[in-house]
Amino acid sequence: MALEAAQVEKIAHLARLGIDADAIPDYARNLSAILAFVEQLNRVDTTGVEPLAHPLEATQRLRPDVVTEPNEREKFLRNAPLTEDGLYLVPRVIE
Amino acid sequence: MHQKTLVELSAALGRGEFSSEELTRACLARVAALDGQLNSFITVTGEQALSAARAADRRIQAGEAGTLTGIPFAHKDIFCTEGVRTSCGSRMLDNFVAPYDATVTRRLKDAGAVMIGKTNMDEFAMGSSNETSYYGPVKNPWDTAAVPGGSSGGSAAAVAARLVPVATGTDTGGSIRQPAALCGITGIKPTYGRVSRYGMIAFASSLDQGGPFARTAEDAAVMLAAMAGFDPRDSTSVDRPVDDYRAGLSDSLRGLRIGLPKEYFGAGLDGGVAAVIEAALAEYQRLGATLVDISLPNTALSVPAYYVVAPAECSSNLSRFDGVRYGYRAENPRDLEDLYKRSRGEGFGAEVKRRIMIGTYALSAGYYDAYYLKAQQVRRLIREDFLRAFERVDVIMGPTSPGVAFRLGEKADDPVTMYLSDIYTIAVNLAGLPGMSIPAGFAAGLPVGLQLIGNYFEEGRLLAVGHQYQQVTDWHLRCPQGFA
Repeated sequence: MALEAAQVEKIAHLARLGIDADAIPDYARNLSAILAFVEQLNRVDTTGVEPLAHPLEATQRLRPDVVTEPNEREKFLRNAPLTEDGLYLVPRVIE
Repeated sequence: MHQKTLVELSAALGRGEFSSEELTRACLARVAALDGQLNSFITVTGEQALSAARAADRRIQAGEAGTLTGIPFAHKDIFCTEGVRTSCGSRMLDNFVAPYDATVTRRLKDAGAVMIGKTNMDEFAMGSSNETSYYGPVKNPWDTAAVPGGSSGGSAAAVAARLVPVATGTDTGGSIRQPAALCGITGIKPTYGRVSRYGMIAFASSLDQGGPFARTAEDAAVMLAAMAGFDPRDSTSVDRPVDDYRAGLSDSLRGLRIGLPKEYFGAGLDGGVAAVIEAALAEYQRLGATLVDISLPNTALSVPAYYVVAPAECSSNLSRFDGVRYGYRAENPRDLEDLYKRSRGEGFGAEVKRRIMIGTYALSAGYYDAYYLKAQQVRRLIREDFLRAFERVDVIMGPTSPGVAFRLGEKADDPVTMYLSDIYTIAVNLAGLPGMSIPAGFAAGLPVGLQLIGNYFEEGRLLAVGHQYQQVTDWHLRCPQGFA
């Protein structure tokens, strides 16, 4: 499966990844090579095989619905690039 | 002092031959003098280390010390460390100071171990050579023109060069075992769920497991015992007691059935590596083990299955890096979408972007069944191969890596060739089994690792099988020139 430049741009957009225009041919080539490589999976017949999502086939453990973490807002906000009044700042979304 | 194992250092600390502060200063001095050749550390935490060492000395004097108390270690920079930068080898987290400790960090602190720094790694643990790190490649102490393996290459190089007696790593497709093999040391990836993933920055959540590096299996047993155990903060942590790994180390190997998968000895295996593995197997026969030919027929499909499952999980996990709450943020964004795209585009390196895109594609509408579900079906077939094998054998052995350490840059431009260097390790992660690599000799002057694969929760058996071999061989004692 060979990817065209336009497909690479679309995937990059879905993943919200900014890719330089001049790097797109390289990505198209490498991603196509990886996809061609994983095509080998089609050599094996998996009809009726249950997909394995967890190596031990464990299911999600649930905990009691009680508060376990203290509020550490200030501490977490210290890692944010831009904050104001305890809030994260982003460029204006609604004009 | 730096040639002593963890167990020897611990005994010396107990006898008062030297203090943890002196030992820690010696490690820091070696890092300062030698790591310029290796680049194995991203951050050295000298002040915190000395303060932790002094606290350990007080514990030792009070008679409250465990085996790890006062022992310096290096911590892979994927584990969150409160108040210390946790970069994951990425520009994205170059400015990230973790607000909390990973469970592994916490457990090692509680045991009194002394962290001297955070080690270099492939960016977000995605790589097999340590060349994808934002902080530059790590060099192999056996040959500084060669890679140390990856992704935990900094930890492996630091232990091999005797900068620290032990270190932590993580293994998603071989990232503990392969660098252990390429650097000539011991490394173990436990059963999935044995070591908590809480605070261990996620790459592929159904595959990631933390584990230790050491020079000996005995030291690895001490480290793993401290790292392992149930953690309610990790929903995939297994609630099951941790075996006493050290107590079982001397169990006899008489009658041990070793399975040799024919797929691990076929085309693609370097002749020099094959000869070393054959010699190691002969040694095991002398120890009383029997060799059994087995087959793991779906081995060849493990790398393709992995390169669907791991990128799919990575694309989901790494969506949290948005330039808003923490991590790198692009300058002067035009709007919110531009902020996301440029922060991620500039913050992530090429290999991480490739994997995010492969995962995004494999999970996108219309392709999910063809890629992700198909890979998960193949994953079950791979697991069943192992379960069938373990009906006939106690442990599986083979090479850890098809070749010795390759040249820096040799595979950097060809992702698929790089991926295939993990052909013998990846299936173990897909199945969630424990795997270990121990030094077994040299080919072309570079170390060769023997891989041991066990059934679920048989870490103790792997450590014993490794330990017994290390009682009759001295490959694990060999030290790279310039670091003796």
